[in-house]
Amino acid sequence: MSTPSLVHAVNVHKSFGRNEVLKGIDLDVSSGEVVCLLGPSGSGKTTFLRCINQLEKIDGGRIWVDGELAGYVEKNGRLYTLPDKAIAAQRREIGMVFQRFNLFPHKTALENVTEAPTKVKGQSRAEATKRAHELLERVGLAERADHYPAQLSGGQQQRVAIARALAMDPKLMLFDEPTSALDPELVGEVLRVMRELADAGMTMIVVTHEVAFARDVADRVVFMDGGVVVEEGPAAQVIRNPEHERTRAFLSRIRSQEEQHEVPGA
Amino acid sequence: MSSTPASTLPGPAGEGDGRPGPIHAVPVRRPAVWVSVVITTIVVLMVADVLVTNKNIHWPFVFQAMIQSPVIRGLLLGTLLGTVGSMALGVVLGITLGVMRLSDNWVLRWVSWVYVWFFRAIPRYVLLSTMGVLGYLWPKGLEVGVPFLHQVAGWFGGELDPYITTVNANHLFVGLLGGILGLGLSEGAYMAEIARAGILSVDQGQHEAAHALGMSKSTTMRRIVLPQAMRVIVPPTGNEAVGMLKDTSLLVALPVTAEMFYQLSAIGNREFEPFAISVAAILWYLILGSVFMAVQAWLERRYGRGFGSRTATEWGAAARVLGRLNAGAR
Repeated sequence: MSTPSLVHAVNVHKSFGRNEVLKGIDLDVSSGEVVCLLGPSGSGKTTFLRCINQLEKIDGGRIWVDGELAGYVEKNGRLYTLPDKAIAAQRREIGMVFQRFNLFPHKTALENVTEAPTKVKGQSRAEATKRAHELLERVGLAERADHYPAQLSGGQQQRVAIARALAMDPKLMLFDEPTSALDPELVGEVLRVMRELADAGMTMIVVTHEVAFARDVADRVVFMDGGVVVEEGPAAQVIRNPEHERTRAFLSRIRSQEEQHEVPGA
Repeated sequence: MSSTPASTLPGPAGEGDGRPGPIHAVPVRRPAVWVSVVITTIVVLMVADVLVTNKNIHWPFVFQAMIQSPVIRGLLLGTLLGTVGSMALGVVLGITLGVMRLSDNWVLRWVSWVYVWFFRAIPRYVLLSTMGVLGYLWPKGLEVGVPFLHQVAGWFGGELDPYITTVNANHLFVGLLGGILGLGLSEGAYMAEIARAGILSVDQGQHEAAHALGMSKSTTMRRIVLPQAMRVIVPPTGNEAVGMLKDTSLLVALPVTAEMFYQLSAIGNREFEPFAISVAAILWYLILGSVFMAVQAWLERRYGRGFGSRTATEWGAAARVLGRLNAGAR
């Protein structure tokens, strides 16, 4: 490989009890690349995303992020589990946006964004506040800085969540179905922010059901089903001419749902 | 009650600008409200009758007893300082124990469980009287040092002084300090369960969001989880504080005599006024309990930020009921 991968996952396995959710996932994501994970519910895409920043502990395989092995250190051929503090340090490099936003409800939009830079990175309050205002401006919420999450719409909350993740200057952004909990008319504003972020060169891994977003924004699409990668390739190719029967079935199911939305009662 | 003229009802479409006027409808009749008003009034008047006309209550004596200087001193020391001190100790201990109970460290989980098991089983009166006689164990003073070091050194034929420092046990366990210690240790066991419930009430997504930002477990707990847990912890803690206010009357078991009810009882026994001093004590507890409720309401608002908090006060409910009655009477 010519450029070193930012994310290098090899044969990742994960089970919950007896249920094997990931059955050997390999994935490479280069710096600046936007990768969309598509696939039916229960295919393991969210679980894989959560393994990358160690919200889930993997049972087998390895994940490297920016050349660093996630969760372990290898010395003289033996693996040593990293202490919590070192894992927290690894997570600082990775921003995550959740399906259900998970903003801190007891803090304003501004405080949500400044919390981690001041408490984790030790930035001064003034510096963090200045940067937070810039980020809120960037996601189009400059006027909402003093609002509590409960006073914001779902789309606004998700945009604050994106600003909150960006405040840590991550090398990689993970999006876990960022628009799935939103009313249809609020989806666009979040996707627009994500597209701008992609255009600015951020490395992104996005779990989504928004096929149009994947086609237009992603460099590469990875289609997962049943805990394995079924097919991957350039976004336009996988979405227009899927090779695999399962990919075709999934995409046509999604399209027929979208058509039903567009022509109500048809 | 006036009947509603038909002309104020919104007419069919096409009238004026089509905007219907405000609705003037006869409210639903609520006979049950009027029945309860009558019954409550009768009961209140009966109680008032006793309080005003019964010559055996001796009101002047009640008010004089309430403001005797030993009573005030007992109120400030045993009752108020005792409550505040033991609740402060109890809250700090309880939150620590609650966090320990949910720790990854099984030793801490076990210690927390045993603590709660032990102190929740002991009645406060028994705990306080035990503390009063704990000094008998160390007549020469409580020595702090390495456990069993003296004996172990003895087996090897050596002589070692295992003690680092000595505390006068009678100073530590007796008096108001001992009382605060005893009540606070007991309260810690109850607060531990309240704190645990509060921490568990915070959504798992909050932990995940904080971890994803690179926060350590302790920062997550301190900055994200506990402030949200406080919203759930404060109301039952207010309950505990009012309970503690009343339980300071158990300090006599230690014994602590600088306490309001003990001092009032002493006056009552001396002057053969057992009922009057009970009324005096009840009045003081009512006054202090009201102050505690005001503090609790303030704290609930403070920790309800961002949750669209509703502070349920009886005054608010009463105001709504009066408003409805007024509307009904019009």
